[in-house]
Amino acid sequence: MIPGPFRYRRVRSVDEAVALLSQLGTDAKILSGGQSLIPMMKFRLAEPTYLLDINAIPGLDFIEERDGMLHLGALVRESTLERSSLVRQRYPILHDTAEVIADPLVRNLATVGGNLAHGDPANDHPATMLALRAQVVARGPNGERIIPIDDFFVDTFVTALQPDELLTEIRIPAPPPRSGGAYLKFERKVGDYAIAAAAVFLALDEAGRITQAGIGLTNLAYKPLRALDAERALLGQQPSEELFRHAAELAAQATDPVSDLRGPADYKRAVARTMTLRALRRALERAQANA
Amino acid sequence: MTATAVRGIGMPVKRKEDPRFIRGKGTYVDDIKLPGMLFMDIVRSPHAHARIKRIDVSKALAMPGVIDVITGEELAKANLAWMPTLMGDRQMVLPTDRVVYYAQEVAAVIATDRYTAADAVLAVEVEYEPLPPVLNPFEALKPDAPLVRPDREQKSNHIWHWEAGDKEKTDRAFQEAEVVVAQDLYIPRIHVASIETCGCVANYDPATDKLTIWMTSQAPHAHRTVFSLVTGIPEHKIRIISPDIGGGFGGKVPVYPGYVIATYATLKHKKPIKWIEDRSENLQADSFARDYHIHAELAATRDGKIRGLRVHVVADHGAFDAAANPSRFPAGLFSVCTGSYDMEAAHIQVDGVYTTKPPGGVAYRCSFRVTEAVHTIERMVDLLAHELGMDPAEIRFKNFIQPHQFPYKSPTGWEYDSGNYPAALQKALDMIGYQELRREQAERRARGELMGIGISTFTEIVGAGPSHTFDILGIKMFDSAEIRVHPTGAVIVRIGVQTQGQGHETTFAQIVAEELGIPVEYITVEHGDTDTAPYGLGTYASRSTPTAGAATAVAARKIREKARLIAAHLLEVSPDDLEWKDYAFRVKGAPDRYKTMQEIAFAAYTNFPFGLEPGLEAECYYDPPNLTFPFGAYVCVVDIDRGTGQVKIREFLAVDDCGTIINPMIVEGQIHGGLTMGMAPALFEEIVYDENGTMLTGTFMDYLLPTAVETPHWKTAKTVTPSPHHPLGAKGVGESPTIGAPPAIVNAVVDALSHLGVRHIDIPITPAKVYRILQEKGVAE
Repeated sequence: MIPGPFRYRRVRSVDEAVALLSQLGTDAKILSGGQSLIPMMKFRLAEPTYLLDINAIPGLDFIEERDGMLHLGALVRESTLERSSLVRQRYPILHDTAEVIADPLVRNLATVGGNLAHGDPANDHPATMLALRAQVVARGPNGERIIPIDDFFVDTFVTALQPDELLTEIRIPAPPPRSGGAYLKFERKVGDYAIAAAAVFLALDEAGRITQAGIGLTNLAYKPLRALDAERALLGQQPSEELFRHAAELAAQATDPVSDLRGPADYKRAVARTMTLRALRRALERAQANA
Repeated sequence: MTATAVRGIGMPVKRKEDPRFIRGKGTYVDDIKLPGMLFMDIVRSPHAHARIKRIDVSKALAMPGVIDVITGEELAKANLAWMPTLMGDRQMVLPTDRVVYYAQEVAAVIATDRYTAADAVLAVEVEYEPLPPVLNPFEALKPDAPLVRPDREQKSNHIWHWEAGDKEKTDRAFQEAEVVVAQDLYIPRIHVASIETCGCVANYDPATDKLTIWMTSQAPHAHRTVFSLVTGIPEHKIRIISPDIGGGFGGKVPVYPGYVIATYATLKHKKPIKWIEDRSENLQADSFARDYHIHAELAATRDGKIRGLRVHVVADHGAFDAAANPSRFPAGLFSVCTGSYDMEAAHIQVDGVYTTKPPGGVAYRCSFRVTEAVHTIERMVDLLAHELGMDPAEIRFKNFIQPHQFPYKSPTGWEYDSGNYPAALQKALDMIGYQELRREQAERRARGELMGIGISTFTEIVGAGPSHTFDILGIKMFDSAEIRVHPTGAVIVRIGVQTQGQGHETTFAQIVAEELGIPVEYITVEHGDTDTAPYGLGTYASRSTPTAGAATAVAARKIREKARLIAAHLLEVSPDDLEWKDYAFRVKGAPDRYKTMQEIAFAAYTNFPFGLEPGLEAECYYDPPNLTFPFGAYVCVVDIDRGTGQVKIREFLAVDDCGTIINPMIVEGQIHGGLTMGMAPALFEEIVYDENGTMLTGTFMDYLLPTAVETPHWKTAKTVTPSPHHPLGAKGVGESPTIGAPPAIVNAVVDALSHLGVRHIDIPITPAKVYRILQEKGVAE
């Protein structure tokens, strides 16, 4: 558990980070919270030549709601997200997510940006961001671009970020009235990756019908998964236990988990169904309370 | 100093060692830093079984900062490629031709810093020819199985066969029995996973010709003797210091190859060598516990009276029999598996088997295989209750050894010193509201909910042990204490056992405080340095209080007898006119005329009676007359989530009886920790290998230590049945909860599912395992 040799550079601005990324290419890795990267380096699963530490870049840790969007800076720590009253009141699904990531020590350093940029299907924020239809803001040598979350996750540990791009911000549409979300994770023990987890976001119209449905699933395929069939089955319907069971079944069918120490694939699929069903129920409760 | 400030036996004295630990000022082995120190890292095998064709160290040696690469071939020249194990087997230090488990030590790099050493490990080229792994002990026993240990004369993977009890009598009980229940149980491999990994700093000083080794050792004296025997260095030229130890749990009793290689390296290079395992090395290569494949049968009458127990175990010991049991007990004290129940006969057989896995069989907080024994009997009693339609509490009451039967001779030959099992169980049932829980369970079942109640009424067997039966490599398992009272009444106590978190510095001080009437804060306890501490066999198997605790009490009483003579001299009365009362020697009939130990101590150096040796000190090497038998009654209540298979412990009550309690706070802490460590293998922990013998659980991501979040609120209570033969009546407690908890949890889970026809589930009871059962029984959500 001793990392190989590497060079370390503490960058002071996004421009400096982007310039160095352009120069160094794939030899460089961005260090934000380091809670995935450092363990991988200790196991020598990652042996970057250069570490570019972005923690000293000022102004990248904002949490603010403006222009109908929640803006999260790339350096927002999970523990900050967890403690934010804005997040707790307006985006409880984000609070749900932050508080089940790893353990408090990890959350003190881990960042939301890193959780997404790592491209790990076992990470928790991707499912939530898929359910919330978030956008990822990236800065490269040619300036800023906005990547819709559906385009962001490409493969295991691979995202749409280019080697010379830095993730700078995450944007989440502000919740409409009569909406609510929830993230439910089942893990072997606290700090573990999910056996299965489901993020659900629902919005209702005045008659109580579902007008918007987002379902993201964690650790159930080679990349973070959006349960499209399940979402479609919900749209325009009156919520009911029967409908939710049907949607949860569709969500489970969309998964493609691998058998491992967390359990066989069919078990994970079953837990995916249970988590989706329970997240649907909780999201509905919150949406109805939000009327 | 008033008598109330003594804070002796029975007081919840805050741990004297904690101020340094909570300030981060403990000194663990890795805190030892010596000038010119070199660092060792180990090349490990990627195969479970392979022939080594070639080791090329040239690239590693060429790296700047690399001093040496040590291989088995080099050690063989010094006759150190193999070392004896504590069980009379031998074990590779470094291999010369083959490896027999995944992550086995293959070569060692010595470098000027830790990072260079790690880089150089990757530069050592080893060419292997893989051989078929031998992973299942039943397969290993087949005649055509590949041989794990061709170095032995005996050309099979069978290590030893061991028996206890009376076969004929047991067979007869089974022939006559009205009911027989049988069950296969597997208790998987687990790992102690102490927070501090193993390691050492070995320093040979050519100026003094002395070898000092700071070592993560639970038994520094025994280890020094072994080192002396292995290396031929005279024992007085070896000093082993076991400084603060971050958890041992049995894992720091064996001698690991890393210690020996580091010692060889310091003798060769005449520089201090530091070797500290990383977490994965610790989990992958250090000794393991359990791994018992058990077949058990219980014979009984139709009205539920147990008549006999028959058990056969196939014990997977890995590639070397490197457990640390007393010599005559290759299966530890497993034969205590008749438990708390009176029966006519029992017959126990255990076969030890080699496989291509790291050495197994270390006593992980289990008093030498008592965890396995208790798991067996507590499950079998529940199986019998199910078979007969009896309540699991009722069947226990019916079969308990009764209080008047003590001392009780068990069918496998143990003499239980004392106990009151019905009282402990009754207390547990009353406290938890057993009948109410059964009513609630019936209501929930009617609603389709899964709730279970599990009981475990275990008997422990600790304090090894009497010299007529117990030794390790021939060294009898006594233990020792030396007490010196300084002129001002301050005391130093040195003991032969070695704390790893048990709180010896407090508990042993309280024993002396009680016996001498000296406040506990004036008493310092030292241990762990072979140059200063008296010889002892170390701390494991809950033996410290039963052995060294007794030695401490006896030594203190010797001091008190001498103090009586000095007090008589000071008070100008005959020693017979004095009585020890309220922590002072008082003149009989005139209790206001007295001398405290502080006054006596000063006189021992300044004003002692003519003809009496000055000074005030004593020692005791205590050979216990018997073992002690702590016991307990545990009740566990679980709920099962039908949507995930998760078992939630709703409530857990532990009623423990460890005889006289010296520090109730420390005992409670031991019980909380032990219950958590008992829950761990019941629900979470297991060492898993793939079909190639590669270990899959080599990090804490996959070896699942429960955290505070998974741990229920433990409720504890006690009964007190003092040991009749221990000077203080104390019995030991460190391992009771680890032993008693797993079957209580399993019994609760099986109870929750018993109406569906479930009779047994092997540990760990993971959500995936439970969910499969729920699916099979058609109750999964």
